[in-house]
Amino acid sequence: MVEWVRPQRVGEAISLLSKMPLDHYQIISGGTDVMVTQRLSMHQKNRDWLDLSAIPDLKEIEVHDKGIRIGAGVTLSALRRHPQVQKFWPMLAASAAVTGAAPIQNRATLGGNLCNASPAADNAPVLLAYGASLEIAGQQGSRIMDYAAFHVAYRKTALAAAELLVAVHIPYPPDKSVSLYRKVGTRAAQAIAKVGVAACFQIDAAKTIVQARFGIASVAAIPCSLPTVSHYLQGKKIKQIDAAIVRKGITHDIAPVDDIRSSAEYRLETTSRLIWDAIQHVE
Amino acid sequence: MCEYFVSGFDVFKVRFIMEIYKRDVGAVVDKAQPKRVDGLSKILGTAVYVDDIELNDVIYATTLRTASAGGVVEEIFFDPALDWSEFIIVTAKDIPGLNAVKLLENDQPVLVDRVFRHAGEALVLLGHSEPDMLKKALSHIRVHEVPLAHPVFDIDEALSAENKIIPGNVYSDYLLEKGDVDKSFDEIECFIDARFITPSQEQLYIEPQGMIAILQNDGVLRIDGSMQCPYYVLDALEQCTGLSKDLLRVVQTTTGGAFGGKEDYPSVIACHAALLAIKAGGKPVKLVYERGEDMRVTPKRHPSRTMLRLGANRAGELQFIDMDFAIDGGAYRTLSPVVLSRGVIHAPGPYFCKNIRVRGRAIATNHPPFGAFRGFGAPQSIFALEVAMDQLAAKLAMDPAEFRRKNLLRSGDVSPTGDILQNDCFAQDALEEALRVSQYYERQAEFKHWNKQNNGTVRGIGLATFAHGAGFTGNGELYLASRVLLQAHGNGQVEILCSNTEMGQGAATTLVQIAADALQLPMDKIHLAQTDTTRVPNSGPTVASRTCMVVGELVERAANLLLQKLMTEGGLSKLYSVDEFADACLRMQESKKDLLVSASYQPPAQMLWDENKFTGRAYSSFAWAAYIAEVEIDKLTYETRILNFTAVQEIGHAVHPQIVQGQIEGGVVQGIGYALYENVLWNDVGVMANDRLTNYIIPTTADIGPIQVVLMEKGLGAGPKGAKGVGELPMDGPAPAIVNAIQQALKMNIDQIPVMPELLMKLACSERVSQ
Ligand SMILES: Cc1cc2nc3c(=O)[nH]c(=O)nc-3n(C[C@H](O)[C@H](O)[C@H](O)COP(=O)(O)OP(=O)(O)OC[C@H]3O[C@@H](n4cnc5c(N)ncnc54)[C@H](O)[C@@H]3O)c2cc1C
Repeated sequence: MVEWVRPQRVGEAISLLSKMPLDHYQIISGGTDVMVTQRLSMHQKNRDWLDLSAIPDLKEIEVHDKGIRIGAGVTLSALRRHPQVQKFWPMLAASAAVTGAAPIQNRATLGGNLCNASPAADNAPVLLAYGASLEIAGQQGSRIMDYAAFHVAYRKTALAAAELLVAVHIPYPPDKSVSLYRKVGTRAAQAIAKVGVAACFQIDAAKTIVQARFGIASVAAIPCSLPTVSHYLQGKKIKQIDAAIVRKGITHDIAPVDDIRSSAEYRLETTSRLIWDAIQHVE
Repeated sequence: MCEYFVSGFDVFKVRFIMEIYKRDVGAVVDKAQPKRVDGLSKILGTAVYVDDIELNDVIYATTLRTASAGGVVEEIFFDPALDWSEFIIVTAKDIPGLNAVKLLENDQPVLVDRVFRHAGEALVLLGHSEPDMLKKALSHIRVHEVPLAHPVFDIDEALSAENKIIPGNVYSDYLLEKGDVDKSFDEIECFIDARFITPSQEQLYIEPQGMIAILQNDGVLRIDGSMQCPYYVLDALEQCTGLSKDLLRVVQTTTGGAFGGKEDYPSVIACHAALLAIKAGGKPVKLVYERGEDMRVTPKRHPSRTMLRLGANRAGELQFIDMDFAIDGGAYRTLSPVVLSRGVIHAPGPYFCKNIRVRGRAIATNHPPFGAFRGFGAPQSIFALEVAMDQLAAKLAMDPAEFRRKNLLRSGDVSPTGDILQNDCFAQDALEEALRVSQYYERQAEFKHWNKQNNGTVRGIGLATFAHGAGFTGNGELYLASRVLLQAHGNGQVEILCSNTEMGQGAATTLVQIAADALQLPMDKIHLAQTDTTRVPNSGPTVASRTCMVVGELVERAANLLLQKLMTEGGLSKLYSVDEFADACLRMQESKKDLLVSASYQPPAQMLWDENKFTGRAYSSFAWAAYIAEVEIDKLTYETRILNFTAVQEIGHAVHPQIVQGQIEGGVVQGIGYALYENVLWNDVGVMANDRLTNYIIPTTADIGPIQVVLMEKGLGAGPKGAKGVGELPMDGPAPAIVNAIQQALKMNIDQIPVMPELLMKLACSERVSQ
């Protein structure tokens, strides 16, 4: 018989985790990833369940003067509908709205999307572009890390044993900024991304790019950014940007592959076009 | 300042929802549209599908399959570590009758004995009371296969391969010929020469296939399961088990969709379940496929390639149609010859042309056999012709609608098979109506304007005009000799007894409605008997849009016979109430007069067909259609979406307009999938690789856009009140209409489906390089 435990507080969950060997518990939040995995892997040994859905703190959204704190257990429906998310972080409202479809969004959580660590996770690109950071709780208390450092390898995160993702912090986008998000899926809903691109540009009064930050899904083993391109664009005006150099930078920064959903060729070409298009919006 | 941008998608969705809403509140149809007789049980989830049937002491079953794409099985090794005495094991040696699936030819084994032709052929059947033990057992059987050295998976490779699967690798080779193509080619003013490819397509019925078999105490072997054609299953069981038909009973369970996919394969599963049941000591055996297995092994649409030359004079009159049409039949013949013949007959389209040559071949490859799927060969050849029509129109600098107007058949014309068309010809009418309701010319002008502006998308409008023959091809209905019974009861209830199946398409409602109409009774007085071969006569398979038209006509005729009988023998007066009808039935019953009437198929008088020469009248009725697709393509990503879809169909008579509309909308969605999304991928042994719903992409409601359905009813079909077949046309038209719209929007030729963004990107990039 497997056990199903449902702690009420984060601390309680951490102490449960730390008492048991690694992999004893299967952590479950909305369950939209784990339930599918469980069903597909026939010979998986039955693990006990640690259900995070009764922890109120994980469900909270708090908007403050520096930005927003989104509990890891906040559903994508809640995010999509949240007026301040829509106003200040529209790319996040948009990515939540194109994750799966309405019934999935009602259960799926932001934390689950990140911890599941799929390179195709739809909410990953916008968090990279917004420069989000993560609040992680462990036995020693909590720590904050850059989201950009969270994905360490294919389907591997920086979470240590007995650690939980508690919240996602996103600062307000700079005053003068332009942001764009676009998902290219296999169809209009219930689709895994062939490519997902988020871009956030901070510009000054003279329309010079002060900072350019990108997040891209499905073009590498992990959700990735475009460091070479960001570096090249910094301090440039539109007129000074050379398309060939941008394209070269993209080719350098991403590693798309052929798979059952699309081709490496299409992914590279589409990423390049979408990034170039995003840059044009700075004008 | 914070700018935000996503594509115009949400606007699109909202518009779509509005459209549905409008349709529901605005639809004014002044005909009786009774509720579906099977509707409530399906909405409430109380309908019992084969996997829902609860059984005591059940034996679950699974299938061990060949791994290579053809070869020889040298040895099957059962690991002694496992106690095999707990299992029921069936191999080819256990087959009491003939080891062949009964269909057109006995070439496909029920279980592989030694030699096999494709990966995934059934080799060993296992039964056990615990499903987990079956999984375990599969990993304890080792099969020593010597694989075929050079399997072939492509039509043209199969034709040129050194080692053939069957002589020439050709199952059937047909020729439809009219006039003299070669001679007219010498005089031609404008022509195109193209090669078209259509892929396979998975039916993706919502209920995977499955059967339950039990050998009863009385010696009767009973099969219950999901199927389209109970009598096919009965015949297959007779051949494989060697039991006589009076010891076999086939019962159809609630069937969750089929689309042709449950035409031939249920015979295979039924034989497998039966073979296990024979060894199961009276316990029921349940053999139900999981989705992945169903997708990998059951038959799908035939892939095709067409070489096509199409010529016209400067005035835009077609001068010749020259087609080399080939379909991939897979490793066994199954239904391929019949699919091919329908593909060939529909290939020249609804056009008048003096010189036509269509060569059609069904080719053997090492894929699992391909089979029936809505449209049955016609969507493939119609796709090639209709896309070519637009390419030729472009070359003539003529509007595609105008080009079709000049060439569509009219009453009195000679059809491609040499038949003189009577009054039942509405190709032109369907086109004009479609142009009108879609505002074709206005939209075309709008799109031209749109495409000149600096938008993120380009738009196009495309059309397809086509016809589809309902019922079995040629003399098929004659050979079938379908029979329907009506049984009235003393309480005034009437039962329809036929072998045609409800599988989601609405046949149960339609047949009941036809009988109720003819008998002037409310629908709740009529019941469609469960399809059980010990009770119902053979009224043929539920395929080819024949149920409403052919079987419906028999039901109508039987109903009239019943009335006559009640009037002459039971004292029913000419005008009667429901109660008087029941009284008459009761009087008949009390005086021991039988209340059973039957009607059998009689071919229409003009129905002459030469199946060797492909001349004469191929179908008793053709339905006519014109479909128009409006599409939008993203200039950055080359994603295509449907803005609007218009389906105009002349169907003779709509027995139940809402069911007809549902058939057309559903078919159009399947057609959109065929055109844009559904991409069957093959692994290295020729088996479907994307065998899950997450990677075999079909359209969702968010992908289809508003669909406008217009029914034209001219009342001249062979069915009740002039009804014709409806369900297959919506599979024929969408792909060419959509591709024509894309060709127009992007100003490039496209010769294959699905038109995925990857394909368009590649075409666009290679065009850029070549410029
Ligand atoms: C039909 C369908 C469609 C889908 N479509 C999309 C799509 O379009 N785009 C997309 O990106 N995803 C999609 N998904 C995947 C999934 O819905 C998302 O990834 C979702 O956000 C996962 O959230 P969840 O709460 O359901 O995660 P769960 O399944 O509960 O958990 C996912 C993983 O994260 C771990 N986890 C969860 N919370 C925490 C935490 N707080 N701390 C540490 N570990 C944690 C779990 O242990 C598990 O390994 C789809 C899934 C389905 C079934």
